[in-house]
Amino acid sequence: MDTTTVDPKKRIFRALEDQDTSVTFDDPLENDMILNMGPQHPATHGVLRLLVRLDGETIVSAVPDLGYLHRGYEKIAENTTYHEFIPHTDRLDYLSPLANNVAYVLAVEKLAGIEVPRRAQFIRVICCELARLASHLVWLGTMAMDVGAVTVLLWGFREREKIQDIWDLLTGVRFTTSFTRIGGLAQDMSDETTAAIRAFLDQFSENLHESEKLLIKNKIFIDRCEGIGYISPADAINIGLTGPMLRACGVEHDLRRDEPYLSYPELDFDIPVYHDCDTLARFYVRMQEMKESVKILYQALDKIPNGQINASDPKRVLPKKERTYSKMEELIHDFMIVNFGINPPIGEIYQAIEGSKGELGFYLVSHGEGYPWRLKIRSPSFVNLQSLPVMLKGQMISDVVAIIGSVDPVMGEADK
Amino acid sequence: MKDTVVEKLTARFSESIEFINEYRGELTVVLKKKAIVDVCRFLHDDDELHFDSLRDLLGADYYRPDDRYEVVYNLFSLKNKFRLRLKVRIDESDLHVLSVTSVWSGANWQEREAYDMFGIVFDDHPDLRRMYMPEEFEHHPLRKDFPLMGIPGSLALPRK
Amino acid sequence: MGMNSATEGFLTTRLDDIAGWARKNSLWPMPMGISCCAIEMMSFAGPRYDVARFGSEAFRFSPRQSDLMIVAGTVTYKMSHVVRKIYDQMPDPKWVIAMGACTSTGGMYRSYSVVQGIDLFVPVDVYVAGCPPRPDNLLKGLMEIQKKIERGEKPGQREKIYIEEHA
Repeated sequence: MDTTTVDPKKRIFRALEDQDTSVTFDDPLENDMILNMGPQHPATHGVLRLLVRLDGETIVSAVPDLGYLHRGYEKIAENTTYHEFIPHTDRLDYLSPLANNVAYVLAVEKLAGIEVPRRAQFIRVICCELARLASHLVWLGTMAMDVGAVTVLLWGFREREKIQDIWDLLTGVRFTTSFTRIGGLAQDMSDETTAAIRAFLDQFSENLHESEKLLIKNKIFIDRCEGIGYISPADAINIGLTGPMLRACGVEHDLRRDEPYLSYPELDFDIPVYHDCDTLARFYVRMQEMKESVKILYQALDKIPNGQINASDPKRVLPKKERTYSKMEELIHDFMIVNFGINPPIGEIYQAIEGSKGELGFYLVSHGEGYPWRLKIRSPSFVNLQSLPVMLKGQMISDVVAIIGSVDPVMGEADK
Repeated sequence: MKDTVVEKLTARFSESIEFINEYRGELTVVLKKKAIVDVCRFLHDDDELHFDSLRDLLGADYYRPDDRYEVVYNLFSLKNKFRLRLKVRIDESDLHVLSVTSVWSGANWQEREAYDMFGIVFDDHPDLRRMYMPEEFEHHPLRKDFPLMGIPGSLALPRK
Repeated sequence: MGMNSATEGFLTTRLDDIAGWARKNSLWPMPMGISCCAIEMMSFAGPRYDVARFGSEAFRFSPRQSDLMIVAGTVTYKMSHVVRKIYDQMPDPKWVIAMGACTSTGGMYRSYSVVQGIDLFVPVDVYVAGCPPRPDNLLKGLMEIQKKIERGEKPGQREKIYIEEHA
């Protein structure tokens, strides 16, 4: 039968009855649908908004929309002293506040030219790695939940609560730590904390392995992650991806190795690299990273020396509280530092660390005053999110949540 | 590595370089505004230098009579593990600078951010919109003459 | 609720009372997780603090199915329209907890883009202090809402409850 002469509506109706035929419309653009995802959506990890153009179930293009959590950090930084900004860094990447504290004070110390004692450096390494574990545990739980495995979320949070208890011992708070100070730390690490970290590490590997078994032996999880969210190594470098996103593309780049800071050169660890460039590769990279972090933590605990935790530079490093209350000199210095700031020399620097999401850097411009003239936060989530349009193109709509989960964005840092 | 970069840049772009500065081991090259894309293209494509990754791009407001704004490019070479900072100065009367999105596609959002925060216009940018603030917002918050608490009434709240 | 002792095998009560009792123990929260507080809110639902003990473990991401909005995190001007739209979609009676300093007052963000307290555009019943509040403090906030329901109060009426931070 000549189908062209039949009324189009009848033709569609007839085609629907016959399962072997498919219907094509004259203008394929009529099939397009715009789907708005977020900013309030369980799988966008915060307030990311995504506008997706769909052709049927396939994504034609995706446009992320940011700024729903833009809190104006850079403006606030210009109006606070260098010390006052430390609590703000907690809330940047709020999954790993300790690492942000370290990154920020490293930048200020580079600007001011302060050298930190070895013990403080080791404690900072421990801070960074604990933060990486805590951050990756939330990523593991939420990503697994997005693809349908709720158990891992609860198990991940069980482990994370233990890390937060350690933070409670180490810093005095369980979440927003504000632990580091310019030229040192707020307080020393006690033996009790050391014992608590060891006790945690002794059981953590086993528990992590159990969570891992739930996922990597699960066909549904593997099928949902394998081969989706592909980004080529060339694109990844061109966009400027860092951290696990880049290492899952087969590029061996880790600032802990490439631009050593703190005590990392003294510690022995591997950098996991996978070459598949997809969501599953990013999953494996982060899982391996957690195991490496455990290795680093054991070594750091073994090697940590005794000694001072604050640099001896009374004009720029805050004195101990008990001395502030009893000695005149320290009282004056405390007053001057708190009220007028540490006045680093005129200049500008950029300092970055390997955070849990990637390169977390601070660009600081000093005009010799107590306030930074300009502070720019190079947030890894912001740059990593830029890969979403590339990765989502041509994928199915049901894979969006898995791909966003594998990017592991934190909007507090992406929106600044 | 530092010497090679300086040598190669001065050999090729001697009239475009305003000055070269080093502070705390970090190399900064201040360029003329016109040359930025050519220099970036050269640094990206050169086999020896190979600055394949743009780590950060930002605007800055120095609040001075001439050349009030600056755009700063933090480059990183994965091959040489070397960082380089480029800068161009922008006068208040002419807030235009060429976009480097053709060299590094990652510059896209960061230029949008600089546009949002400082009002610096990047020519040839594929999609120059505000990054963070709502589209109807009229000001550029990171300029030094913008108050920290904002301008009352510039952003709307929903009806109660 | 006026339950008689059940020695005779029956009890008497008012319909309002039994509805209030049921409603109080089955609050379905709508987690408006925006920033840092959202992580503590996940702990609050997680294995240690376990909000299921209070009948509120069923987090609903659809406003149509929930009667308690926990606003957890800094609300910016851009986000405020979204929060209000979600609040408007919730069925009555609906309750709001402002979790944390940013949500209650703007907190440490005295800046151009942050709304200085969500009570500027939605009515709030319970404010929970802390930056972020510990999960146990948020549990206390939830219990205050339950008490309000038990007393037969309507949302947005009566006095506001402020939960202080404890060491």
